Amino acid sequence: MSGRVYPDTASGSFPAPPSTAEDQSDRQIEFQAVDEFEGEVLDDTVEMYVEFDPTDRAQGIPPTGETRIRNWLETIAEHSVNVVARHGEDVIGHAVLVPDSDDPDSIEDVGDVEWELAIFVLQAYQQSGIGTQLLKHLLGHAIELGITHVWLTVERWNTPAIALYERVGFEPTGTENFEQEMGILLD
Amino acid sequence: MNVLLGLAGSDESITALRRTIERTDNVGDELTVAVLEKADTDRSQEEMYRQAEKLLSEANLDAEIERLEGDPGASLVNYAEQGEFDQLVIGGGTISPMGKIQLGSITEFVLLNAPTTVKLVR
Repeated sequence: MSGRVYPDTASGSFPAPPSTAEDQSDRQIEFQAVDEFEGEVLDDTVEMYVEFDPTDRAQGIPPTGETRIRNWLETIAEHSVNVVARHGEDVIGHAVLVPDSDDPDSIEDVGDVEWELAIFVLQAYQQSGIGTQLLKHLLGHAIELGITHVWLTVERWNTPAIALYERVGFEPTGTENFEQEMGILLD
Repeated sequence: MNVLLGLAGSDESITALRRTIERTDNVGDELTVAVLEKADTDRSQEEMYRQAEKLLSEANLDAEIERLEGDPGASLVNYAEQGEFDQLVIGGGTISPMGKIQLGSITEFVLLNAPTTVKLVR
């Protein structure tokens, strides 16, 4: 593992997918874990990112344009852990963990590696509590799989996002440049 | 143009070195290479110095190579400030497993402190 500093206490009791919740605009939102990130669910996620407003990009992701979006998702697909939020048929939120490993094929125990987290919610569904729920469901799913160490980077001036991560249990890892790095230890 | 290239020991520094050599060759810039002192990198200062020497000589470029001691960001900006440089070139960040661009502490220090134009090489 790297030299990242994780919180002393582990966080737990997150909801696990599948589940359905009503958001603050009375929309029925379904949270689903993705078994194989391919086919229809991959197509639906690509579609979400095609609709995504580039103003909310972070550190170059998601890329823009369908081809580059698909390339990016296919690159991380095989070894990643994914939870999507759906409203009806549409994917409107996506949260993902990617293993921090040069050789992901050789991972024997998912608890032995650190996982990088990213989460995106389509603009029309932001500020309605979906992001928090999606994040918690991804962490709940991660715990089921045996993942223990999760980190992320967030632009340092993005205080709403940092506050959200802190509420869930993330703490700064000690690395802070333009991006604030944060980590969570899962129970 | 008078260009100063700052190199730490990472892969992004190798990319910056290769691209800068190409560019210098194409446009006939004056190039100075500063090899920084940085702990915990893939290559030591000495290895990086030799790598720069090798690639410059393969390209038949006559560039000065300097070793800078002390804090990498501070020593590089200080060196740039003392000389007559039009542009300071450094590596443009690393890519996280997720595909996110990450800028390190040297980059941040250089961007916020350099008196010259700064170029990030991707």
